[in-house]
Amino acid sequence: MEVLHITTSGSVDDGKSTLIGRLLYDTNSIPQDKMEALHAASKRKGLDFTDLSLLTDGLVAEREQGITIDVAHIYFSTPNRKYIIADTPGHIEYTRNMVTGASTAQVSLILIDARKGIVEQTYRHFFIAALLRIPYLVVCVNKMDLVEYDEARFNQIVEDFQQLVKSASFQAPSIKFIPISSLYGENVAGRSGKINWYKDQSLLEYLEQITFDHADSSHPARFPVQSVIRPMTKAFHDFRGFAGKVASGHFNIGDEVISLPSQQKSKIKTIEQFETQLSIASARESVVITLEDEIDTSRGSMLSKTDNVPNLLKEITAQVCWMDQQKLVPGKAYLLQHGINRVKAKVQQIQHVIDVTSNKILEDKKEMGLNDIGKITLKTAQPIFADSYHLNPANGAFILVDEFSNATVAVGFVE
Amino acid sequence: MTNKIQWEFPQALEDEAIYILRETAAQFEKPAILFSGGKDSITIVRLAQKAFYPGKVPFPLLHIDTGHNFPETIEYRDWLVNKLGLDLIVRNVQDSINQGKVQEETGKYASRNALQTVTLLDGIEEMKYDACIGGARRDEEKARAKERIFSVRDEFGQWNAKMQRPELFDMLNGKIHLGENVRVFPISNWTELDVWNYIRRENLRIPSIYFSHEREIIERDGMYWPTSPFLNTSEDEKPFMQKVRFRTVGDMTCTAAVISEADKLEDIISEIMEAKISERGARIDDKRSEAAMEKRKQAGYF
Repeated sequence: MEVLHITTSGSVDDGKSTLIGRLLYDTNSIPQDKMEALHAASKRKGLDFTDLSLLTDGLVAEREQGITIDVAHIYFSTPNRKYIIADTPGHIEYTRNMVTGASTAQVSLILIDARKGIVEQTYRHFFIAALLRIPYLVVCVNKMDLVEYDEARFNQIVEDFQQLVKSASFQAPSIKFIPISSLYGENVAGRSGKINWYKDQSLLEYLEQITFDHADSSHPARFPVQSVIRPMTKAFHDFRGFAGKVASGHFNIGDEVISLPSQQKSKIKTIEQFETQLSIASARESVVITLEDEIDTSRGSMLSKTDNVPNLLKEITAQVCWMDQQKLVPGKAYLLQHGINRVKAKVQQIQHVIDVTSNKILEDKKEMGLNDIGKITLKTAQPIFADSYHLNPANGAFILVDEFSNATVAVGFVE
Repeated sequence: MTNKIQWEFPQALEDEAIYILRETAAQFEKPAILFSGGKDSITIVRLAQKAFYPGKVPFPLLHIDTGHNFPETIEYRDWLVNKLGLDLIVRNVQDSINQGKVQEETGKYASRNALQTVTLLDGIEEMKYDACIGGARRDEEKARAKERIFSVRDEFGQWNAKMQRPELFDMLNGKIHLGENVRVFPISNWTELDVWNYIRRENLRIPSIYFSHEREIIERDGMYWPTSPFLNTSEDEKPFMQKVRFRTVGDMTCTAAVISEADKLEDIISEIMEAKISERGARIDDKRSEAAMEKRKQAGYF
C-alpha cells in the first residue's frame, strides 16, 4: 500500500482547516466521540453549524486566535492508499513552516478564496511548491457557494493563476484546478450537484488516481551509511554490514560500488532486511548491505554505483530558506547536515534575496533573516557527496545547524 | 463514500521508523526505549530488533511502573525482555510518593497517571538518558499532531510547541545542550490501524487484555471501568461481569474497557475500522479538559 504526502497551504480564513475536516468527514475518518466533541465546541462558540475546522486547529493558542500556527499532521485512508496531510499555516511570517510541510510532499494543495482570487500568499505558495519541485499541484478554488457557484469567476481565477505560472521563471509542475465548497462538501470527496458546469474529478477522486512513477528509481543510486553493524557474536562472527536507507535509485547484488569519501571500490555481496535476503534495494527502503571486500566505510560514508558518482563538493552554491530568528551571519561556522552527514561550513556570500511574491531579486537586500529565501555560496571543511537538487532532490538538500543554539536555522537546495 | 477495511501495512512506514531508530542510536550517547507494555511500545521494540539485526538492540527499556498496571502487562513485559535478551530498567511511582515528590490523588477519579511524569523525569536524569524513544503517534490526539520526530525537551522535560525545530525531508537534528534530552517518536506517522496491521503482519504476541475476556467492571460517565483495588467506587456503582477488551493499555484507573467479542487480531482490526469511539476516547485521563493532553505534554508527559 502506498502513502501519499500532501501539503496544504492557504491564507487565513480561506477555509483550509474546513477543507481538511471535510475530507476526513467524507471518508468516515472522524470517530463518533470526536464528532460529538466538535458539535459541543461549535455550540460553545455560538455557531449554528458544526465547525469542521476545529478538528485540526489543535493547540490552545490556535483555538483562541482561530488560526493555525504550526505544522500539523493529519491522516486518513481509503481502500486505495494512506494519506498524510501536512497542514501548514498561511501567514506571511510562517514561510518556514510552509517549506517544512512541503519538504516531504508529493502533492501541494493551494486554496484560493473564490471571492478574493489570487492574493499575495498564493504567489508565495506557488513559489515554494516550485522551489521544492513538488510534482503535483492542485489549486482548489474554495467558497464557490459564496459566489453563487459562478463558472465565469472560476475561469477568471484559473486564467489569473496561469498568468502567474507563465510569468515565473521556474518550471511549473503539473497543475489541476477544482472548484469546491469545503463548507458544503461540493467537489471535495464526492462530485458537486451545485457545480454542474464542472464535469471533471472531485478533489479526492483526483488524489486517488495520482500515480507514482517512483521517479526515484530513475535517479542515480545513493546509499548514505547510517551505521556499521558488527555483532561479533558466534553466529555472526565476521558479519560487517552497512545499515542505511536508500536515498535514491536502486542497488542490486553484484553491483560494483564506490564508497565516498574513501573512493574504495567493492561489489555488493548481500542486501538484507532483517532475516530476509533481497536481491534489490530501492529508494526509501531501509536495508543492510554487505560488500565482498573490507573497504573503508563508516557512518557518513556514501555508497554509489561506479558508473554514476555524486559530486564531491566543498564550494556550494545553493538556494536557502532561512528559518531562525537570528539572521544569517556570513563568515560564521555552521554545521551543514546533508542527509545524515555533518560537516562544518561557512557562508561565503549572500548572492541575492528573492521577493517570493513577485519572484524579483531584491537588489538592495544583502542579509537574510527569518523566512527569507535567497541564493548563497558556502564553503565546507570536508566535501559533501551531493547532487543538484533539481536533478536528484533526494540527495540535493541540506540543513544548517547553529553550533551554539543547536537550532536548525536553514534548509538549502544545491544548485 | 465509505471506507473498506485496509488490511495491508504500508511498508514505507517501517522503513521510515527503522531509519529514525538508527539515527537515534548514532546521534545520542545513551538512548532508551520508554516501554509501557502497550501495543505501540511493543511495535517500537520489534522495529528496534529489525533495525539492528543481526546485532542486538542497542537500547534498554525504561518502564515507569505506576503500581496500578494490569498484571497481564507486567507478565508480558517480563516475557518479552527475557525472549529478546533486553535490558530492563524499572522505576516506581510508589518511590516518588514515598520520597514526598508527588502526592497520591484522592476522590473517585484518583489516578497515578499524572504522577508518573515526575518518576519519568527523575529516571531520565538518574540514568542520564539523552534520548527517550516513545511510541506516540500523531493521530492519537490534537496536540500530538504537531509533535516532531526528534522533540527537544529542556531539563524540566518541558515541550514548547512554539520553539520546535523544523524537520525537513528526512533530516533529523538531534544536537542538544547538556541536561536537555530528546523524545524520539519513530511511529509518528502511523495510525492505530497501521499498528494493528503491523502486529498482524509481524505475527507479534501482545498482552491478553487486548483480546475479549470476562472482566468485572462498573459503568461511570458512559464508560466502562475495570474494577481493581486501585479504583475508588461509590456505593451506587455496582460491579458486574462483562465480555470486554481494551483498545489501549494504560493504568487500571485510567483505561476504559470496550464491550467486545473480538478475540482474534482480524476481529480487532475489523472492529477498529467500524469503531465509533476513537482510541483515546477510552482514555479517561484525556477527558479532564479539552486541552488535557497539551497541558500534560508541556509538563513533560510522554
